[in-house]
Amino acid sequence: MTISKATETPSRRQVLITLATGSFALATITALPRWAKADTAAVDAATKELIGDATPSEGRITLDLPQIAENGNTVPLTVEVDSPMSEADYCKAVHVFAEGNPLPNVASFRFTPACGQAFASTRIRLAKTQNVIAVAEMSNGSVYTAKAEVKVTIGGCGG
Amino acid sequence: MRRTITAVVLGAGLTVALAGTALTDEKDWGKYQVGDVRSGYTYAKAETRAIQDDDFENPAFLWVDYGEELWGTAEGEAGKSCASCHGDAAESMAEAGASYPVYDEAWGKLMNLEQRINQCREENMRAEPWKWETRELLGMTAYVRHQSSGKPVSVKIDGKAAPFYEKGKESYYQRRGQLDMACSNCHEDNAGGQLRANILSQGQSNGFPTYRLKWQGVGSLHRRFRGCNSQVRAEPFGYGSDEYVNLELFLANRGSGLPVETPAVRN
Amino acid sequence: MANAKPRVKLPKSAAKGEIVQIKTLISHKMESGQRVDSKTGEKIPRQIINKFVCAFNGKEVFSADWHGAVSANPYMSFYLKATESGTFEFTWTDDDGSVYTKTAELAVQ
Repeated sequence: MTISKATETPSRRQVLITLATGSFALATITALPRWAKADTAAVDAATKELIGDATPSEGRITLDLPQIAENGNTVPLTVEVDSPMSEADYCKAVHVFAEGNPLPNVASFRFTPACGQAFASTRIRLAKTQNVIAVAEMSNGSVYTAKAEVKVTIGGCGG
Repeated sequence: MRRTITAVVLGAGLTVALAGTALTDEKDWGKYQVGDVRSGYTYAKAETRAIQDDDFENPAFLWVDYGEELWGTAEGEAGKSCASCHGDAAESMAEAGASYPVYDEAWGKLMNLEQRINQCREENMRAEPWKWETRELLGMTAYVRHQSSGKPVSVKIDGKAAPFYEKGKESYYQRRGQLDMACSNCHEDNAGGQLRANILSQGQSNGFPTYRLKWQGVGSLHRRFRGCNSQVRAEPFGYGSDEYVNLELFLANRGSGLPVETPAVRN
Repeated sequence: MANAKPRVKLPKSAAKGEIVQIKTLISHKMESGQRVDSKTGEKIPRQIINKFVCAFNGKEVFSADWHGAVSANPYMSFYLKATESGTFEFTWTDDDGSVYTKTAELAVQ
């Protein structure tokens, strides 16, 4: 999982100005969903439909998403799987799910050894702050999973 | 336990909020900042800027491509295309995007790019003018203005343009709507501050027509004006109205020196 | 859907064994089926591109199943290992059955 680059330490004056302009509101808005229930059951059902009863292990997937989305309707997503992509051993698919969306499926990327690299990049829609989950299926039947949280904030004037 | 959770959550929130401030204040923005004047580019998140920076990944180019196609397509009773008179757009339209709107003698008032395009269609091509916010007019306007990409905005506000510039300026500082707010209240008094979770920009116009993530498509500056007016609960003016074209000249001058970024990508 | 124009970006040539990046973009509203019509109160029916396929010299190399959560004007980037010269065929399939295609050439030394 990738974490967005850290920023320089702000000056005290900047901290006060930011507080004054309502950053606590931001903290509350983005913090609340942590306690709200995500629909993991829907994601589990959707996952089972695609990969059957296999139990995913952690690792081998790099799931790159912004920590905070500029706008929930266009969130850049890149997923890469560590795999030799040879005829004998390759990543055949990566399925992406969104825990907090009205429907859990986002996309399935299907690779062949001809790809050379298990890499896919696109832009997705996230309805609110939530976990995005990637499940990778290998040609030998093994399955891996990774997840990343994306904060989707309430916009300014008119949302 | 509860206090720890609160502290962690507030800490995370503060980090998140401060991250926004630090990113927009400290960096050297190069051509995107001229003195105190900052392009909307400098208020956007890194991922959004990355989409704009790549001419392929920028979805607005789907509109620019269409504009390019239309440029070479003959239409109207005169059987001409834009190319018939204007040849290679990269040459003939090189300055237009950085210098409009302009005072037009025959019209006796200001004319912006969209209006010039339609005037040319009607008078020279004898074709139907395109409606505002159609893929055709947006595509053509974006294509034409894109030919000035990178050039510093530089408009004429003296001579015959002066009284219209003054009207635009007055409009900018005029409070309106149920919320009784003027453009300046957000974009001058509070630029860089937060409006809920968005960071307020200076409201510059150098990137229009723009791909707005909110619109999931390209839209004109007048569409943006109408949105802003509605959001302070004011009656919006019409597309291509004198009020908006005058305001356009004021905004262009306010953003003097910023590079034309059409087609920009904004939230 | 009219005006669904695709764009494709890839190098014109590559060395044998080189892994090249392919980028694609197509204009499409990707109506998710979740939006509500403010006038009628009804959900606007889904109409998206649900399948993207990249074939090289007639053989499928990469494909994607898209759902309503893929953004409008969908962008898709992936890689291909260059082994021989040939022709790409990119296909986008709309819910309504329309199929949009684009071809491109790759020269492999």
